[in-house]
Formats: sequence, C-alpha cells, structure tokens
Amino acid sequence: MSSPASTPGGRKRGRNTNPPTRKFPTCSNLLGQDSSTGDLMPMPTSPATDILSPAAPQDTSLLSSPRPSVPPNEVDMSSPLMYGTPMRGTPARQRPDLGSVRKAPQVDLHSEPPSTDGAVASESNAGQRLVIWGTDVNVGTCKEKFQRFLQRFVDPTSTEDENAGLDLNEPLYMQKLEEISVVGDPVMNVNCRHVQSFDADLYRQLICYPQEVIPTFDMAVNELFFERFPDSFLEYQIQVRPYNALKTKSMRSLNPEDIDQLITISGMVIRTSQLIPEMQEAFFQCQVCAYSTRVEVDRGRIAEPAVCRHCNTTHSLALIHNRSVFSDKQMIKIQESPEDMPAGQTPHTTIVYAHNDLVDKVQPGDRVNITGIYRAVPMRVNPRQSNVKSVYKTHIDAIHFRKTDEKRLHGLDEEAEQKLFTEDRVQTLKELAAKPDVYERLSSALAPSIYEHEDIKKGILLQLFGGTRKDFSQTGRGNFRAEVNILLCGDPGTSKSQLLQYVYNLVPRGQYTSGKGSSAVGLTAYVMKDPETRQLVLQTGALVLSDNGICCIDEFDKMSDNTRSVLHEVMEQQTLSIAKAGIICQLNARTAVLAAANPVESQWNPKKTTIENIQLPHTLLSRFDLIFLMLDPQDEAYDRRLAHHLVSLYYQTEEQMEEEFLDMAVLKDYIAYARTYISPRLSEEASQALIEAYVDMRKIGSGRGMVSAYPRQLESLIRLAEAHAKVRFSEKVETIDVEEAKRLHREALKQSATDPRTGFVDISILTTGMSATARKRKEEVAQALKKLIQAKGKTPAMKYQQLLDDLRGQSETAITKELFDEALRALADEDYLTVTGKTVRLLA
Amino acid sequence: MYNMSKAASQSNPNSGWEARAVEFFKDRLKEKDAHTLVPSLNDIPMHYLKPNSLVKFRCFIQDMFDPEFYMGVYETVDPATQAKTLRCGKYKDVTECGVDFNSKNTVTAERQTFYCVPIPGENPWVKERYANSSQARVVPSTSYVPSRQKRSYEEDDDMDDMDTQPQKQREAHAGPQSPTEHHGNGDCKRQETEAPSSQTTSASHLDLNFPLPGEKGPSCLVKVYEDWDSFKLNDMLEVYGILSVSPALSALADEKDASSSLLDPTECMETAEEQRVHCPPASLVPRLHMLYAKQLQHNNPLLPSAATSEDNSAFLASTLSEMPSVREELLAYLTHVLLGDALAAEYLILHLISNVYVRRDVLPLGKFTLNMSGCPTVASYTERLYQIIQQLVPSSHYLGMSLQNMNQMRLVPKKDYVANRLVSGALQLAKNTSLYLDETQLEQGQLDTTGVRNVTALGNLISWQKVDYDFNYHQMEFPCNINVLIASEGRSLLPSDCQIHLQTQVAPSHLEEYLSTMHMLSQASSQLNKFRIYLSVARLLDYSISDEVTKSVEDDFVDMRKDDPQSISAEDLHRMLVVARLLSLSQGQTSLSRDSWLRAKHIEALRRSRMEQHKCVNGNEP
Repeated sequence: MSSPASTPGGRKRGRNTNPPTRKFPTCSNLLGQDSSTGDLMPMPTSPATDILSPAAPQDTSLLSSPRPSVPPNEVDMSSPLMYGTPMRGTPARQRPDLGSVRKAPQVDLHSEPPSTDGAVASESNAGQRLVIWGTDVNVGTCKEKFQRFLQRFVDPTSTEDENAGLDLNEPLYMQKLEEISVVGDPVMNVNCRHVQSFDADLYRQLICYPQEVIPTFDMAVNELFFERFPDSFLEYQIQVRPYNALKTKSMRSLNPEDIDQLITISGMVIRTSQLIPEMQEAFFQCQVCAYSTRVEVDRGRIAEPAVCRHCNTTHSLALIHNRSVFSDKQMIKIQESPEDMPAGQTPHTTIVYAHNDLVDKVQPGDRVNITGIYRAVPMRVNPRQSNVKSVYKTHIDAIHFRKTDEKRLHGLDEEAEQKLFTEDRVQTLKELAAKPDVYERLSSALAPSIYEHEDIKKGILLQLFGGTRKDFSQTGRGNFRAEVNILLCGDPGTSKSQLLQYVYNLVPRGQYTSGKGSSAVGLTAYVMKDPETRQLVLQTGALVLSDNGICCIDEFDKMSDNTRSVLHEVMEQQTLSIAKAGIICQLNARTAVLAAANPVESQWNPKKTTIENIQLPHTLLSRFDLIFLMLDPQDEAYDRRLAHHLVSLYYQTEEQMEEEFLDMAVLKDYIAYARTYISPRLSEEASQALIEAYVDMRKIGSGRGMVSAYPRQLESLIRLAEAHAKVRFSEKVETIDVEEAKRLHREALKQSATDPRTGFVDISILTTGMSATARKRKEEVAQALKKLIQAKGKTPAMKYQQLLDDLRGQSETAITKELFDEALRALADEDYLTVTGKTVRLLA
Repeated sequence: MYNMSKAASQSNPNSGWEARAVEFFKDRLKEKDAHTLVPSLNDIPMHYLKPNSLVKFRCFIQDMFDPEFYMGVYETVDPATQAKTLRCGKYKDVTECGVDFNSKNTVTAERQTFYCVPIPGENPWVKERYANSSQARVVPSTSYVPSRQKRSYEEDDDMDDMDTQPQKQREAHAGPQSPTEHHGNGDCKRQETEAPSSQTTSASHLDLNFPLPGEKGPSCLVKVYEDWDSFKLNDMLEVYGILSVSPALSALADEKDASSSLLDPTECMETAEEQRVHCPPASLVPRLHMLYAKQLQHNNPLLPSAATSEDNSAFLASTLSEMPSVREELLAYLTHVLLGDALAAEYLILHLISNVYVRRDVLPLGKFTLNMSGCPTVASYTERLYQIIQQLVPSSHYLGMSLQNMNQMRLVPKKDYVANRLVSGALQLAKNTSLYLDETQLEQGQLDTTGVRNVTALGNLISWQKVDYDFNYHQMEFPCNINVLIASEGRSLLPSDCQIHLQTQVAPSHLEEYLSTMHMLSQASSQLNKFRIYLSVARLLDYSISDEVTKSVEDDFVDMRKDDPQSISAEDLHRMLVVARLLSLSQGQTSLSRDSWLRAKHIEALRRSRMEQHKCVNGNEP
C-alpha cells in the first residue's frame, strides 16, 4: 500500500549504516527468485574479501570434512523452519543470532529416531503430533498461538515509550505491523512480558527453546504481514526480536542451566570489537565443470563437498570467497553494573556477539539490557588432537539491546525498570511506611555513627527523597528543580566529611569530590581524544555523572571561583551547557548538591554572619535550600551524651548496633522505592498552608524593614514538603508535610541566617550578603563621617588616621577600621571625596 | 597418600563421593601436623613438585576472573574399541582423548578462577620460618628417583584408606590408570628439564602482576569449585589443592597464533593480551584445583595457624601472662632504636598492634595511623627504622615518597579491559600489612596528575581505610586494613590519626656514631621471636569496656570540656579511646581499666604538650 515513498528511505538507511548482510551478486538467486532484489548493486570488491583472502591458503583447515551424522542437503529440506516460501519477492535474511536453525529436524512424538519426513510441515493434520527434535515445540500450534497473540493482545496500561502514539485499546502489535509497513524497518520487538500474560505456555517455550521458537514467530509474523499489506515492500522479511525476558538475571547468577535459553541481563559495555565478517554460506565452484553449489556454515564449520554432483570429480570444488554470503558480527564485552555486585569482589564480564544490524548499536560505557541466547562452546586445545580443554567458552548471542541510560535523556522514572522489588520487600517497606514515626526512624538510621545533629540528618533525608519533578516546558518555564541542595558549614572536625561519605555510599548514583581537587572541567565535562579510536569524545564530569543522584562536594570553600561558577547553572536550571572544541551541547545534570564548607578562619566566628564566615558568593548560597551550621554546642548535657555515644561505638558489637538501627540496605531500598513510585501532589489545604507560611515569612521581615523570604524560599518549602510526603509514601502533600518543611526551613535559617548583631532571622544575609541592620549601620556611619568632614570646614585634604580617630571620638558605638573604610568608599561613590594612600581629599 | 588426586577425579560421579572425598581430605589435614607434610608452592621450586599431586599455597587473591563452565562429567569413546567410558572433569584442566560431545551424560558444571600471588610484602623471616616448619622434604632425590614405583605404592595405600568408595568403582578405574600415570611421569620429567630455562626467559615478557615491585615467587590460577562467594579480593588464603601443570595448556598458547585462531571464530575474538593473561603457560603460572582453603587471620608462622579455636585460645592464654614483661623489653628496644625517645616508642607499639576491628557505616574503628615527625635525615635513619620494623611484623612495605615515585608509581589498582584483568598497584595489600611512608625523601617539585591522584589515594587510605579501584568507567571501593606509618621531618602532608614529634636524646653530632653502633637484634634470636609473637597476639585479643569505666570516661570528658571547651573535641576523644584500647591490649588486658584510661590520658597530654612546644619553636607550623 504505502511503499514507493517510504521503502527507498528505509533502504537508504540500511546502506548508510553497515549493510547488514553482504550480498554478493548472485545471492539473490538463493531463493530462486530474483525479481525484486535485482536492483541491489553488485559489490565486487568488498572489505570482507580482503580480510578473508589471507586465509585462502589454509582452506584445508577451514573446511573440515562433512560431519558424518548429518548430510547437509537432506536436512536442509527437512527442517520445518526453513524460511518458507519467499513472500512475494521479499528475501528472507539469515539470523546468525539464532544459530543454524535449519538443522533442526522434526520428530514425531511417538517415534524415537529422528525420521526424515520432508513434507510434514505443510500437512497440518499430521503436523499436530510432530515436534522439533529435542523440544516440545510444534511448529503449527506455535505459529497459530503467536498469530493469535499478535492479533489480539491489548495492553491498556502500557507506559513504555516505544508505544507512544499508539492506541492502547487496539491490538498493540497489529499497530506495530502497520508501522513497519509505513516505515519499512522490518524489525518487530516483542515484549516477553506481554507474551507471558497472554499465553504462559508459549512464553515458556520461547524462553526454553528460543532457537526454534523465534523462527516460528518470524514465519507467523511474515504470513500475517503480507496477508495484511500485500503490496508493501520490505528490504527483507520481518524479524521478531523478543526482549524483557522475565527471568532477568544478573550476570553473577548465570549458571549452566541457562545455556541455550533466552535470557535478559543488564550490564555496562566495556569494549566493542571491530566488525568481523562471518561466513554464513560458502560458495563452491567445481574447477572442472564450473558447477556451483552452496553450503551453509554449521557451528563455525563448513562441510566441503567432496564430490562434484555434476561431473562426479572428487575434490574438485574450490571456495569462491566473493560469492559467499557473509554477515556482520561484533564482539561486545559486558561488565556487571556496579550496583549488582557484592562487596569485595570484582565485576564479572561476559562476551556478547551482535549480528547484522545490531552491530555498532552500543558503545563502550553504555548501560544496556541485553536479551539473547546464552551459549557455551567447548574449547579445543589443539586442532589436530581431539584433546579438549575441559572448559567451555560462553557467550551471548544478542537478539535485542535496550539501552538503559538512553532513556535517562528523555524518560522520567528511569529507575523503574532497573530496580525491581520483590513482593515481600515491597511489603516490608510499606509496613515501615505505615509506622507513625517513620520519619524519625529513617533519620536516625542515617549515619548512626554520627552523633545527634537530628535536624541536619532530617534535611539530608529529605534531600535523598527529593521533591516531585514538575515540567512546565509547555508554558515556557522549563523544568522546575526537584532536587534539594544542602550546604553544611561549621567547625572542622564536626564529622561533615563523614556525613558526606555516608550519603555518597548510600545513593546509587552518588559522586564524591573535594573542592580542593576538582576543577571546573572535572565537574562538568571535557573533551578528550579516545586512545583507541583517536576520536574526540566528551567525557563527563562529576556533576553529569551524578544525574539523578547526589553530588557530594567536600571543602566547598576551597574551590576556585571559576569552578564554583559552573555550579550556578546546575543548581537552578539543572543543566550544563558546554561549548568547547566544536562540541556545543546541553547536558542534564539533575543532581542534588550536598556541600560542606569550613569557615574562613578555620574556627566559626559566632560574631560574624554566615557569609562572612564562609566567604561564598551569595548568588550561590541562595541556591541552597537548607544551610546548616554544624557547631560544637559546648554544653554539659550534650558533652555527656556525645561521650556516651562515642564510647559505646568502641565497645558495642556489630549486632548490638544493628538492633538499634535500620539496616542500610533497607534504607536504600526504601529511598529507591519512594523515588520511583511516589510522586506526591499538593493538596488544597497544603497549598493554603504554604501560602500562609510564605506570607508569614515575608511579614516577619517587613515589620523591621527587612525582607525575610523570596520566591526561591517558597519553592524550597514546596520541595521539602513534597519530600516529606514521599517519606510517608503518600501521594498527597498534606499540612503535616508543610509543617515539617516549615520547621526544618526555620531551623536551618535560624542557624545560618541569624544576624549575629540582632539575633533575628534575616534572609537577606543569604540573598545580598549583608544583613539589613549592617546595611543601615553602614549608612549611618557614612552620614556621620560626612557631617564630621563638613564640620571641619574648608580643608581640602585630611590625614586618614586623623579622620578615623575623630570619628571614633565622636561616635557612641565602636567604629572598626573596616566600617570606616566602607563609609569612605560609600562617600567616594557619591563623588564626595577620594582616598589616595593615607590622605583623604574632598572633591570640589 | 597425597597423590590421590587422580583416584579422586576418575570415578563414578553419581555416588556423591565428591563431597565425601573433600571431607576426607579436610579431616586428614586437621590431624596434627598433617598439613606440614604437604609441600608448599611457596618454598619449593615448581619443577620439584609432581604434577597432579596435593600441594598447598599461601597466597593472596589478587584478581578474580570470570566463572567458567567445564565438563563436570563427560564420556569418551575409545577409537579402537568404540567403548564408552564416563569420566570426571573436576579438578582437571584437560580432558582425555576422544570426547563425545553429543553424549547425553555430559554434565556441565561451573567453577571460578582466582588469580593468586604470594602475600605481598611478606618479610623474609616469615618465608624462612614457614619453609623450615614444613616437613614435606621434596629434595631432588625423591623427585629424581623414578617415582613410578613409589606412586603405585601410595595409590594402593589410598585404596585402603578410602573406605568410602565402593568396591566396584575401585576396580573400574584401576584400568585407565596406568596410561595416564605414564603420561604424568612424562610431564614430570619435562618439567624438570624445561622449567628452569622457561622461567628465566618467559618471565620477562609475562607480567605476573604482583602488587609490589620486586616481588618474587610463583603466582597461581586457583580454580574454586564451591562456595566461591565467600572469598573476597585481597583475602589471605592457604589453599590445599591439586597442582596441574599440563603442557597441553601451554600448547594452546603456542599454537593459537598459527592456524587455530582462524579455525575457531570464538577464539580469535579474544585479544592476544587477554589470552596471555588468562591462559599463561602452565610452567610459569600453574593451575591449582582447590580442595580446601583456609582463610588466614594472620601470616605469622610463630603462631598456631588457628586450626581449631580451642587450640588458639589456649595459646593466647599462655602468652597473655607474659605480655607485660615482653612489652617492657620491646619498649626498651624501641626506645633505643628511636634514639632514646620512650614516648615515641610507646606510640610505635600502639601503632604496630592497631587493627581495624569494625566499621560503623563508613567509619573504620581501631585504625591508628602514626605520623612520626622530626626524623633525622642523616645516615638514612628512616630506612634503618624500616629495617627494624620489617623484622618485627610479618608483612610490610617501604614506600619512599620521593617526587619521582609519587608521579610514576601505580598505587591504585586499575582494571585493564584489553587484557581483562585488574592491574595491581602498591596499595593492594593484605590486611595488617605495615605500609611505611618515608616522607623525608620528598623534595621540592611539582606533582603531576598521577602524583595528585596517588596522594589523594594515600589520604583516602589513611582516613577511611579504603582504596577506590579504578574501573575506568567507574570506581569501586575496596575496604582495607593497612597500618600506615609516616616518617617525616615536619608535619606530614598526609592526614594522620596521631602525630608524635621525635625528641632525640642523642646530640646531632653523635648521631652517626650512635646509629653505627645501634644494636640490631640477630635474625633468629629468641627475643625477636618473642616480640613477633607479642605483636601478632595483641591484635587477636578481644576487648571490652565495662559500664563503670564508661561512666568515668564520660565524666572525664565532660569535666575536661567544662574547664576549656577548646582543649578537647570529639575527635580528641575518639583518639583517646583508641589509645586507651591499644594501651590495654598492649598490656594483655582485655578490658579497659581505670588505670589504663588515666595512663592513656597521660601520654596523650605528654604528646600534646610536646606538639605545643614544637609549634612554639617552629612558629610556622600550621
């Protein structure tokens, strides 16, 4: 129906990437029909030939003698899994990922030896009793079942991004078929979970005998497709690619029982090989009579025909390389993802072979879920001896790749599929959530070795949960930050670093850097030359790596200004813009920042404001939702509790400690679960409470001519309230959440934004770097100084020291040198005077 | 009787004999001194050991390879008679000839491979002592004597021992035995003639991946058949297993670059490097099929090897009473070594017995990194000090922190994805290894990126007792338990738990003379042995604090804070608790007494006052 417009497009794509199967001039004859493929360009000099030609002298070793048990040609015909009759000129393409399927003979369930029954597949009556040798798969039933599945399966609750734009109430896979006919990309991805929910038995067969069942599926799908869209043109026949086999395994749990089964594992790509042309079908030509024949490769071997069937000459057949059929193959090494690993062991690796169009689909560093067939091949020590090393080589023939981090770029709840919780784990978590004191429990479970600092732990707990992500990009405001940023500052030795270390160890995607050791590029991204490929690649830094996690930055104060300025964008817009070496891009960095800073004078000076103590630009400070002071309280009761806590650390056994606190693993799961499944929304009362809270905060200040809250603070309050609702596993933000958010915010404010001169909370310390009283005081001093100078009459120049002493003598309050300097600067700004060295001159 | 591997590996797999056979070995090894009869790979050159015999290996897990599937049971077809025989593939690398791949009886099983090296930094006295205590005298004579006769005798012996095996099976495998045995003898001879030459030539191109530079000794691929999850990287093990040096394994390496690579597409996928690492020639890196392994708590040959806990506690009790007196002697000796500074000697003892005994979430407890500042730079004093420490502790490593070293050395292990192995670094050490950092070697200059990374790694090691291994795409944290001692002139640039400034009682002019006459204890003196036992035992003791003492410690802390809050912080209390703990243990007391606490307070006060003094003198110290 569709095609003239769409198919060439599809084909062009096929050519631009690697042509999946190298077809040499005559291969269209393979299926006896060459009408449609005639337009394929002959490729006389292919790289494949070049690569293989050195092997030519060794032909003898390459071609072993025919295996005695299975004469190739006969079995070819007997297999029911031949890619049937070609569908109106569309060639079938071999599936090296499934191995040599054509070798599977059918057997009658009741007769023991594999009988050679050629035409059985077509006779459906007799076929009912027949199964493929070694399995319980009956081709006819299996095909029928799968066609029924395709025609009927509906999944109204589907949330996968593949299904975007499809009508969920119509049969899902029929829509996909339609898509194939339009787009011309003959690949059909089938979610195994769907198969399972539709027909558990079919699913079991698919898992246990993928090598036989998947070709059956292919057959079924193609029949259905060409029935529906008889006019459409495809480059080759549709291939079924199942994914998401429910038995998703970690690499560690693979064992010999999984051999030859369909498995899905997750991991990280660490190496990819170059493209390897693998021979699929050898082309032989008789040297005597030029008769040609084709032999399919079986288990890596080619059975060289000993006798020419045409002229009966023995050993006259020679392999013609550039008329043989090759397919692309690539070796990929996968390593366990760090999250799946037990402590104290090294990660395992597995070899994966990708075939045809799956080649070059993944790059080193990608996190992928791979569905494929697990294989084991015995290793031969010496080709001339039959002595074998008793070890198998294992690999996975990939059928389907699914990148897990690709989704992170556009998807939202990315961890949903990665981390699956068992039923009873969810149950325990829910029980825990139902407890009234869950918030306290969790916060005390956080870093139990660190003493007290309850509010700080609560703040960090809320940071771990984070707010709800809101998307206003439709209205042009972009994403709202959901992450809570926290700054800890305080005396050295108050276990700030320990808290950071703990958090870093707790979250799956945490990064830990020290301000002293990190540079701007280390935090963001840098361009470097890949030593292997010699291409420029973008290497991501700590902030990008901790996307959706927490970036812990120790010694925040020691960071250079240059580096710190990078954080501005990250901490509010949650993106990183990079423009260097020809790469201009914007990366997501939805990371929460947990920073720790030491006071400038190494000891916290209680007589100074936060700004003065840590000397950070207030533009940056205002981006922290909570700023906590970690100070030594220095009172007796506290000391006693602290001493008790520390001493008990040194003599309690591990078990005793564990009884008291929640397990770290439970906490981890709890957080992961809440982050994935809970996204609370504001309730009516809660929004009222928030509005009131905000108005109150503004009021406090306005009474004294100060502003004590800005919209940023309102946003922080909302985030904190949402996080608190998440802690309770509640889908609704209620008043109690707002109350706690308010309390925590106030506590943090009280500690960090208290004006040491008045004792009042003053948010303007954070937003302008100077408290309102200090600003007022500065103005007063400037005015007093002006008066003093005016009183002195017409003296164009004055001594600096003299003036300071005079002012001090006149004023009732103490005038520090800094204050005096600031007043002078203020007057200089008014163009009233200038200061040169130690003299002050009046201007006209 | 220790040659029965062959017997074990060739019988009927169905009878559950495997478990029983392993049990049998374990029981036998528990018998008194039986384990000393087993020859050890550590002290006997490999070409003196018979292939397929039981050996032991005291080692350190440097890397873990991927699990492998092997033919647990397989069937062979005799080409002449077409007779089928079931064979067992366990504890073996290579199958017999004529494997029937299509047999229904084939059982695939899984095993894990560890790459093991001798314990890094193990001091010569430990090696010597272990070698001497071994009763397995594999002197050339036994090996050169045609061992055929002897072996058959032994095998007969086995038969009688092994009542577990049904009569039938014994007869069944009596047949195929003789040809294989012959084969084995062939191997043996080949080993003898070839091993020495191959060792010298091939060692140069094959990096055996020892954590520390300049280490020697065999490395080994240990095949683990059960329970491999219980082993961790960097564990110290004593492995009892069957030595396999089948030349067929080496043949694989030789021929792969010829024709076979083209033949088998799966083989050419592996890079040559990976091949070399995972299948090194068996003559160089033998395979060891593990029957049984013992996790080592310590590698001090003077202590019982902890076969049973009763033995151990009896031993501990007997040494406990002597500890105070040994401590006095050691203190006197160390005072002498530390140029007459008794306080520094005291702290050095505490440092030497420190041990991370527990971790509270991320916080390691019990570590006691000592920074000994004020070390004289004349007459290579720091190196001499190291030599003395080397004589006292089982394993140690000297790391001169010269600029060149810091910029060039690989401290942190790194995963090499090309060869698919963990390339070791100097910080991959077994537990309780003494790492001696000599900062007096540091000169002015610039650290490059590697240098900065190395210094950061050392800092992390000291503060958190962990090393972040570099896996290229991510880092992985491995906890460790390494005693770090930093010798420096001024305060060290690295963090430390405790800094003590050395106050020499020797005038600088006499220093050279003093050092030259410094009394070094002779290698095997009984006094030195006493010290060695003392230091290891103190680490193994349990420790507790009673409620009363807890109370008084709390009171003390509150009082001290009341007088002057600046004088003592939580960190100081942490340190004092560690000092008190180590002080008690060093005296052989397993619980904190009031006296020990006061004494801990006292020496801490002394140390602090010394620091103050020093600060006043130098002024510019931070």
